This record gives sequence, structure tokens and C-alpha cells, in this order.
Amino acid sequence: MDLFEYQARDLFEAYGVPVLQGLIADTPDEAEAAAAKIGGVVVVKAQVQVGGRGKAGGVKVAKTVAEARAHAENILGLDIKGHIVKRVMIAQGASIASEFYFSILLDRSNRTFLALCSVEGGMEIEQLAVERPEALAKVAVDAIEGIDLNKALAIAKAGGFNDELAAKVAPVFVSLWSVFKKEDATLVEVNPLVLDESGKILALDGKVTYDDNAEFRHTEREHVSIAKVDPLEAKAKALDLNYVKLDGSVGVIGNGAGLVMSTLDVVAYAGEKHGGVKPANFLDIGGGASAEVMANGLDVILGDEQVKSVFVNVFGGITACDAVANGIVGALNSLGDSASKPLVVRLDGNNVVEGRRILAEYNHPLVTVVETMDEAADKAAELANR
Amino acid sequence: MAIFLDENSKIIVQGMTGAEGMKHTTRMLKGGSNIVGGVNPRKAGETVNVEGKDLPVFGTVAEAMAATGANVSVIFVPPAFAKSALIEAIDAEIPLAVAITEGIPVHDSAEAWQYNLNHGSKTRLIGPNCPGIISPGKSNAGITPWDIAGFGPIGLVSKSGTLTYQMMFELRDIGISTAIGIGGDPVIGTTHIDALAAFEADPETKAIVLIGEIGGDSEEKAAAYIAANVTKPVVAYVAGFTAPEGKTMGHAGAIVSGSAGTAQAKKEAFEAAGVKVGKTPSETAKLMREVYAAL
Repeated sequence: MDLFEYQARDLFEAYGVPVLQGLIADTPDEAEAAAAKIGGVVVVKAQVQVGGRGKAGGVKVAKTVAEARAHAENILGLDIKGHIVKRVMIAQGASIASEFYFSILLDRSNRTFLALCSVEGGMEIEQLAVERPEALAKVAVDAIEGIDLNKALAIAKAGGFNDELAAKVAPVFVSLWSVFKKEDATLVEVNPLVLDESGKILALDGKVTYDDNAEFRHTEREHVSIAKVDPLEAKAKALDLNYVKLDGSVGVIGNGAGLVMSTLDVVAYAGEKHGGVKPANFLDIGGGASAEVMANGLDVILGDEQVKSVFVNVFGGITACDAVANGIVGALNSLGDSASKPLVVRLDGNNVVEGRRILAEYNHPLVTVVETMDEAADKAAELANR
Repeated sequence: MAIFLDENSKIIVQGMTGAEGMKHTTRMLKGGSNIVGGVNPRKAGETVNVEGKDLPVFGTVAEAMAATGANVSVIFVPPAFAKSALIEAIDAEIPLAVAITEGIPVHDSAEAWQYNLNHGSKTRLIGPNCPGIISPGKSNAGITPWDIAGFGPIGLVSKSGTLTYQMMFELRDIGISTAIGIGGDPVIGTTHIDALAAFEADPETKAIVLIGEIGGDSEEKAAAYIAANVTKPVVAYVAGFTAPEGKTMGHAGAIVSGSAGTAQAKKEAFEAAGVKVGKTPSETAKLMREVYAAL
């Protein structure tokens, strides 16, 4: 899960990372009150999880409370690359002397963590990495030892900090490691990290991504999200289904992430011959799926108005094909006359004979059983294009 | 021969007495695997009868190894305890530990990997979040259905479990030497390259199918490795061409971020290394058939 900037700010503060005041506002009234509370120059910052918000007009400096209100009025509701701004942060203004870059992230190709650090901040880090790779230090971080003060000093020096500045930023790096480690993050980024004119180090903007697999260790977390959530994705999540909404018209259900990804591709190829139809979603019912899980999955997909046909693609490993067939029968029975979308079913593997027998016996006019994955994708694409 | 797992493998199951552990211990035994015991500190000293075989339960991996001569552990321990289970296996220096568990925090996997490095990498880790490894007709350590394909000359390595099954099924008439599911997590033990190196060295493997998916750069690295080191023919398949950027496709590691990790980039890397890439699983199997017929 990605945090919003204000959530990262609050988290940094809790871990002793130096930050400036920042208050959230969902209305111009709240923005005005926040600016008055902070006092002086403030920055009104759109809270969206997409880059380039400054260029899109989502970050504005306000010298007065009235100006802060006016900026909030303009920014709230702004569409930044498809993300509608629902919340702004009113941040205390900073007098910046220099800007730096620091992040810690998962380095999957080396199966460890990596600190990225540069004394040259103020530009997009991707741009720095391409244009002046020598200016961006990449230091491997031992997953067990982490970042202590000595390691932090070494990282700072590798990033081009002089001794005096390195001594100032190193304790901040140590605190940011604590955030990374204790919060089970896969990314903690500060850009920019700044030195202000009074000589203080400050984290002015932050990105944090949590590892979803570690949620069980962080039950205290509140799941307040203002991000755009698709209603079908929300419904699937409530049913504990692994679902991603896409924008095509062939609903897809399968078992196993790899097979479902592959099914999406096969449907898209088949769609090239049938008016360019595309898959409508990713839905993995997982290994060992029961009839109930199958029925829940169909329920979510049939609730998608864009869906014109459904492709059920199961290779029974642990999942038994008869359970899948029973799930289809159960879902169609409970839908009754309201079922109107054709289903193409391909079953193979564990208990396939029984699974196919159940569907043959049920003999529902909307269900077509097809032998192979490619033929089934072709049939589903053809039906979606009618 | 086969790789990493064969008829001499003696398997213990960490978490055998749990629901998943028991279900799959039963399946592995049915498929002919030599399961010699289980590990659960709370049930140490007990005996469990599975498929007519009395399996002793030990308190630790080290005790189980000392008593049974086990050289493989399959781990079904839930995510919260999986790191401890891995570290216990590493401490015992068991040659092969296969972590089936899905949903392990990546900090835990990274620490376990570092721990293994610090201990001289005496244990080969496979997974986590994987179906395990099967050498058909010899042994099966994991959850792959044992009867999809018989023994044969094709080596198979895949990030995905169900695509492993699908490909074994497609190639069941030729047969499989070993199929390894390396797992879909961001941090895994055995990689595509490790499997390629072992298949290259295995006299019973004549050709290799590699299955990848979006996310990370394991496929690109494998492509470079093949170009430099692999003489046996390799056919590849990559899943996730239609996956949108920034959406995790089921596996924790299957995410396209920016220009990195796309299926197209992986396909191009393979083709640049002279590896044929199938558009679909069945086309990949067809390519392998042609390659095999020409051997």
C-alpha cells in the first residue's frame, strides 16, 4: 500500500525524522483554518499518488491565509493524470538552502535492500540516475544489520556529502531506516531532503510503500484511504478475492496468478480477431478454491456492466474441477433468470472428468465447455463481440 | 539424475500437523515421495499416521535430520512463523528447504536469505510462495500434482504454480526431468539462473522451458545467462503482456513499475539471446515440440 504525502509526514514525525508542520484540509474552509493555525508562508499541496503534481498546478505557495484558501479552492477537485484531488496538505513554508535525495528500497535482484543517496537533489531522481549516475550512490543494506550511524555516514559520503553535512544527515538516515524496518516498508523516499537557511535538515516530501504481506504485524493501522477505489475492487476485497478491474469486456476467472495473467494475454490475442475485445479483469480464485469462492468470483464479474462474456479458465492442481463446476452451477442457480451473460469454461487437471460431467448434466444454455485454453479464449472473445 | 531432488531425497515437513501440511503430506506420499517425518515443537514425540505410514513428529529440523537422515524440508508454516522455520532449517544445514507458504513479509524473506548467506549458503532455498519442486517418478517436494506428467527429458522452471502445471500437462507426452516453481515473491531463494545452470549440468535434461512473468529482472538476467552459458535449447514463455502499470497481478512481485518489468522487455531480452518465446502456453509447448524433434 502506498501512503499519501501527509501520512508519510506524520509517520516520519512519529519516528523523529525532522519535518515541518503539515495539516490536511478537504475543503477551502479547512485549508484557511489550517493556514491560520500554521501562520506565515504555507504551501498548499495536492494529495495524490501520482508524480508531476507541481507541473499540473497541484502545489502552490501562499503568503496569506486568503491566498491559501484561494489555492485550495483551485486545487481541490483538480484532475491530475486521472487522479481527482480530494485532499490538500497545508505545509509550513521552508527557506531552502540546499536540496538532497535519500531513499531505502527493496532490491529484488540482489535479494536485499538498497539505499540511494545524493547530495544533488531538486530534480527527478529518475532523471539524475540517467543523466548523472555517478552522482547517485547505490549502497547495499544488509537486511539483518540495517543502517546504524556508521553505515549512515558511509552512505552519506558515498552520496557526495562533505563531513559536516554527512554528520547532520546520518542520524536522519538512521531514523528513516527505523521507519523502513519497523513499518515493514518496501520503499521510504525523501525527495527533497533539505538543509534550511538556519542549518536544519528537514524531510520536505516523502513517499512510503507498505508491504501488504506484513499487514498482520500492523493491526493498529487505520485504513483510511482517499484514493480512488473501484467499487467492484472493493466488493472483491470484501469477499477476499484477488481482483483487478481492467477496461475490456471479457470477464476472466482462473486459478493461480500466473495462469490468470496468461489468460488475459490469450484473451487479448484472441480479441484481435473479434473486433479488438479485451479482458475486463484479473481474478485469481487461488489454489484449493471451493465452490463458494467460485460463486463469489462469478458474482463480482457478472456485476461488471462492461462484461459481455465470461471465461472461466481452471487448471485443477489443488483446486478440484468438480468444485469449480459446482460453483458455476450454484452461482447460475442463485442468479436464476437474471443470468444473461454467456460463460465459456475450460477445465483441466484434478477431477476434470467429474467437473465436465457436472456441467454437461446441468446443460445450461449460457454455458459452453471448451477443451483448450486457446479455443476457449477465442469463443469468449467471439461472444463478447456479438 | 534430475536436479535438486531425486529418488534419494528424504523429506521432512515443517508444519506437517497443520491443515495444509497434512493435506499435502498425504498427497506427496500418494505420489511416492519418501516422507520421513514432520516438525512441530508443540507436538514433538508424537506419531502421525498418514496414508498408512507412521510419521514421527520432531521438535526441530536438526533432531529430525539426526533421527531420519532427512535432506529436504518442505515448509507449510504460516507466514507469521515462516522466517523462524526457515532459519531453523538453515541452522540445521539441511541441503534443500522448499518454502510453499504464501504471504511471507518481504523483510522476513530478505532476512532469511541474508541469514543463509551469513551461514555459508549450505541450504538451497526454493520459494517462498511457490508450488515446490517435482522430479516425476522420483520425488515431489511441494504441492504440484504428482500425476500431471511422467519422467522425461524436459526441464521446467517457472515463477508461477498453475503455469507449471499447465506446461507439464502440455508436454506430458514427452515428459519432465524436473519442474521447479521458483515462486512469485520479490525475494526468492532459487532463481531462473540457478535452475538453468543445474539443467545445463543434468545429463537427463535435453531441453529447457522457462516461464516468467512481469516484475523484476529475473528473466532479463536469465536471458543474458543463457546467451553466455547454456548450450541446451531453451524455449520461454512470459505472462502479463496485458497487465497495466502499477497494479499488482496476484503475486507480490508481479507488478510493472514504469518501464521496468514489462513482459515485452522480457520477451525482447529472450529473443535477443536466441531463445524462442511462445505467445501462449500452447504455442510455447509447440515450439518445444519442434525443438525437441530436431534434437
